[in-house]
Amino acid sequence: MIEADGLTKRYGEKVAVHDLTFSVRPGIVTGFLGPNGAGKSTTMRLILGLDAPTSGSVTVDGLPYAAHPMPLKVVGALLEARAVHTSRSAYNHLLALAATHGISSSRVHEVIDLVGLQDVARKRAGGFSLGMGQRLGIAAALLADPSTLILDEPANGLDPEGIRWIRDLLKSLAAEGRTVFVSSHLMSEMALTAEHVIVVGRGRLMADMPMSDLIARASTNTVAVRTPSATELAAALAGPDVSVVPVDGGMEVTGLTAAQIGDRARDLGIALHELTPKQASLEEAFMDMTKEEIEFHAATDRLESSGGRA
Amino acid sequence: MSTTTEPVPAPGVRVAPVTQARVVRAEWIKMRSLRSTTFTLIAAVVAMIGLAWVVGAATNSHWSRMDLMERLRFNAVDRSLAGVHLAQLAIGVLGVLVISGEYATGMVRATLSAVPRRLPVLWAKAFLYAVVTFVLMLGAAFASFLVGQHFLATHGTTLAAPHAWRAIFGTAGYLTAVALLAVSLGFIIRSTAGGIATLFGLLLVLPGIGLLLPTDWQKHTLPYLPSNAGESLFSALPDPTALSPTNGLLVLVIWVVVGLVAAAVLLKKRDA
Repeated sequence: MIEADGLTKRYGEKVAVHDLTFSVRPGIVTGFLGPNGAGKSTTMRLILGLDAPTSGSVTVDGLPYAAHPMPLKVVGALLEARAVHTSRSAYNHLLALAATHGISSSRVHEVIDLVGLQDVARKRAGGFSLGMGQRLGIAAALLADPSTLILDEPANGLDPEGIRWIRDLLKSLAAEGRTVFVSSHLMSEMALTAEHVIVVGRGRLMADMPMSDLIARASTNTVAVRTPSATELAAALAGPDVSVVPVDGGMEVTGLTAAQIGDRARDLGIALHELTPKQASLEEAFMDMTKEEIEFHAATDRLESSGGRA
Repeated sequence: MSTTTEPVPAPGVRVAPVTQARVVRAEWIKMRSLRSTTFTLIAAVVAMIGLAWVVGAATNSHWSRMDLMERLRFNAVDRSLAGVHLAQLAIGVLGVLVISGEYATGMVRATLSAVPRRLPVLWAKAFLYAVVTFVLMLGAAFASFLVGQHFLATHGTTLAAPHAWRAIFGTAGYLTAVALLAVSLGFIIRSTAGGIATLFGLLLVLPGIGLLLPTDWQKHTLPYLPSNAGESLFSALPDPTALSPTNGLLVLVIWVVVGLVAAAVLLKKRDA
């Protein structure tokens, strides 16, 4: 359980995170979405106490992260930037982290096997590929069997097989009753993994809702229709919540389902040459949602700075 | 939200609270699992003993040609321990690297996530590196002395020579102070180049610049620089303007404490 309350972080003039209030519940995978630079990594650093908030607060299981006597048991984290000394072997890296919490070396071997690094565990971590580095980070996160997992872009650098592996792992960890908080800038990947999403743009909260709601919001009911009797059909479909837009070689109808349009055409004896429901992709919906925020603030920032300096 | 969080059952994984002792153990694993640590410490030992060998052999073979003034200034103990000036380079560089290496690679994020109260990491690193330095450099200083004795025994180098023991322990003590200053600067400056430059600016450059001060200011400032305070500790025949060995030790301790306190404050306060 992660609870952020009015969390704000400024680096000098730049606002990285602005007044974020949200909570991440146990038992499900919660996606943390936003374009690069939206403040996802900063938020995660604030949760772990690596950075101190300018104002507001964030707790994990009711306490600030640093106040827990066994921090790694509370949160296992994989941060986007690598957090491994390049000259040390993966095994020694994990062994040192384990030692801080009195965790045995057999558990270190266990997590190495779990992420599939047994063949390279004694090699320098600096020689690891991006995917191997991610696996080592995940091993470190799982070391103390934490009740909350915070993973920043865990799919980065993994091959398709690795991506499926991490997706299944996250779901099974959540199914065991853990809190799983995963950031991504890829909506499509999140749609497959997360049950709940928190969307940020320019450090501000854009959405906090079940994934299914976000998908529903993203799907606009537009149907592409082609027919030789376009004028006749358009007139027949017209209604208060229906819009018909002529496009090249046909029309796009919003406000009716494909079935309703097909039935109406059959009743009037109109031939249909195409009847295609179109869904805006999740990616597009996500872009639209965050784009507005970005443009709005870019514009106000310009106004503020030109006004302020005048 | 006031939902209660159910504890996750964790069969098999035994986890204990973070304690200072456990952090020391973790830092020990880190220290011994980097090859650069071993190489640099070997370099420090070789520098101490090797220089004693070279200086001892050279002095012995030139003895008959040395003039009276040179013989009067000659001190066999100090000659044997001349390697301290080289060893401090290795000890200082490694002390900075123990911390700046973590910042350069990002390891520090893992370290501070495991120990978010942070200060135990500083104490563990400082303690371990001080102990390792003191033990190794005491051994190296003693070995250097014996090497020197082998060449210079006829010119007055025995353990019974005045201040011989103090010089040996003083060498190890000074190098330990250098180690702790380096660790502090690692935490304060966080970059390898900046940390090393600052350390050797303080140890090697500042005493030279100090000589440009008006002469009557010099005696109130120069002896208190860490390298000169150290000199009064490890030199069997110190400069007459130097502090007494006890005061030298005291001044070094103050430098170290100030460094560690500054490091602790900044480590606690700054974003990682």
